[in-house]
Amino acid sequence: MTLSSAAYGLLGALPATDNPSADFSDTPWWVALIKALVIFVYLLISTLLVIWFERRIIGRMQQRPGPNRNGPFGLLQTLADGAKLMLKEDITPAKADKIIYLLAPLIAGTMAFVSFAIIPFGGEVWMFGHRTPLQLTDVPVAVLLVLAVASVGVYGIILAGWSSGSTYPLLGGLRSTAQVISYEIAMGLSLVAIFLFSGSMSTSQIVAAQSSLWYILPAFFSFAVYVITMVGETNRLPFDLAEGEGELTGGFHTEYSSMRFAMFFLGEYINMFTVAALATTMFLGGWQAPPFIAAINNGMFNHGWWGILWFTIKMWIFIFGFVWLRGSLPRTRYDQFMRFGWKFLIPITLAWVVAVAFIRGAQLGFLGEGTVTVGPLGFNTSTLVIVAVVAVIALAVAWVWDGRREARLAAEQVSPPEEIDPFAGGHPVPPLPGQRLREPSVALTAGGSSGESVVSGGTVTAVKEEDHG
Amino acid sequence: MSAPYVPVLFMLALGFGFAALSVFTSLVVGPKRYNRAKLEAYECGIQPTPQAAGGGRVPIKYYLTAMLFIVFDIESVFLYPFAVAFNKLGLFALVEMVLFILTVFVAYAYVWRRGGLDWD
Repeated sequence: MTLSSAAYGLLGALPATDNPSADFSDTPWWVALIKALVIFVYLLISTLLVIWFERRIIGRMQQRPGPNRNGPFGLLQTLADGAKLMLKEDITPAKADKIIYLLAPLIAGTMAFVSFAIIPFGGEVWMFGHRTPLQLTDVPVAVLLVLAVASVGVYGIILAGWSSGSTYPLLGGLRSTAQVISYEIAMGLSLVAIFLFSGSMSTSQIVAAQSSLWYILPAFFSFAVYVITMVGETNRLPFDLAEGEGELTGGFHTEYSSMRFAMFFLGEYINMFTVAALATTMFLGGWQAPPFIAAINNGMFNHGWWGILWFTIKMWIFIFGFVWLRGSLPRTRYDQFMRFGWKFLIPITLAWVVAVAFIRGAQLGFLGEGTVTVGPLGFNTSTLVIVAVVAVIALAVAWVWDGRREARLAAEQVSPPEEIDPFAGGHPVPPLPGQRLREPSVALTAGGSSGESVVSGGTVTAVKEEDHG
Repeated sequence: MSAPYVPVLFMLALGFGFAALSVFTSLVVGPKRYNRAKLEAYECGIQPTPQAAGGGRVPIKYYLTAMLFIVFDIESVFLYPFAVAFNKLGLFALVEMVLFILTVFVAYAYVWRRGGLDWD
């Protein structure tokens, strides 16, 4: 892949949309079962690793070593935690709905594994005398399957919250569900652009369609929206409002203990891998080697088993992004989070889908066939017109938006008074930068036990005993 | 493999088997010491309320979110076949889809205007 072919892909016509899908004709059922087992083990090991990885990285970011006692570099920490959880008492609260309380963690734990069935890990290889792709299965609606499975996984959260029969889990479960379904819309819409480019929902075809150009370039805006929504989808910081410790203790899993508790966390971490794997497949060319490595020796690193390496590396880049976000950002406020999802992400993603539909229509020649030749490359006239129109509209909207934002900020900007009475509100308040403290005109009586009025700075403040709690 | 969905069931079975086995093992291996206070709802140590907030029912606000979710989720589901078959349908699909998105956008603007998207 060269720079000119990238430009050709961005503005010209991306290669034909009839890409070959993975061929499963030589895969007997027992090979599929072995592949399912290997993916299962891969996911379990990845989960053990990612929890250690996250704690180590967060530790480094906070200038402490992180877990380093169990095994080399503390690698076995997660295993030790799991064994300890296993040996703890499994509590079912008296108010809980027993059956659903048991079912909810099973749903959350089970559904997490399913999505990986359609993720392509690599090209075709020989396995026990059969030529088979490194992918468990592929269906024409593979991406839809991932979204459907994610939706079923949400049942685990809401049923856990409801069945606990307690306030914090109920509120946490509802919040979490509302959050996941709200962000699922924007996530689903952002993927429409990929389907427009690839002409398919099958993951192996989408990967094959990216052999000349990864979709992160033509669908850059979809990528940005997807990355934001995947953090919201998996309940991770800065969007982990479901378990905002300061307000809801643990959210939907407050009442859970032992292995049922562990199932929720297993589900959460595998969901992280699922969204990261989907992002890799949709935007980063899936298992294909990065362009410069793919060019080595006639593509020797771009075949067979090598795919697993590139896929794993790309997936872990996203995982590092998750950890980095957690180490850097504070939790958002719930109403701001919902406003961002409903009032910003959804309309802007819809507009982007329309824009991509026009660009793609122009590329495919629906809007006229005239071409403009720039150097060695021929561009479709209507493509250039559409891209220019989209760019102008985007700039105009951004300009109006920015102007309104500045006007609003200016309206909110009221300079604080020069002098502050620290006791005006009844309890001491520190001065803002540049403010002077006004000395209280009447000294506060020390040790006042009963309710009494204190005159300070010209205002009368009732100091009540209860306020000192 | 002639049936492409069977491996999905393999994965489902493996996941469920693992989850059920670990929960069952912890039920067998873990201790059981009865204590009435332990079985009460956890409310940070204060006397627990007899029921979850609002009698354990779902606040009405969430129903609105759920309904809006269905509207827009259906919209994106309709957009998928359009996107997949785009190169075969031609200009017709483009015009149809813009009209469809505009129609749903009217509903969206209405909901926004009526405060359905506000969260207080």
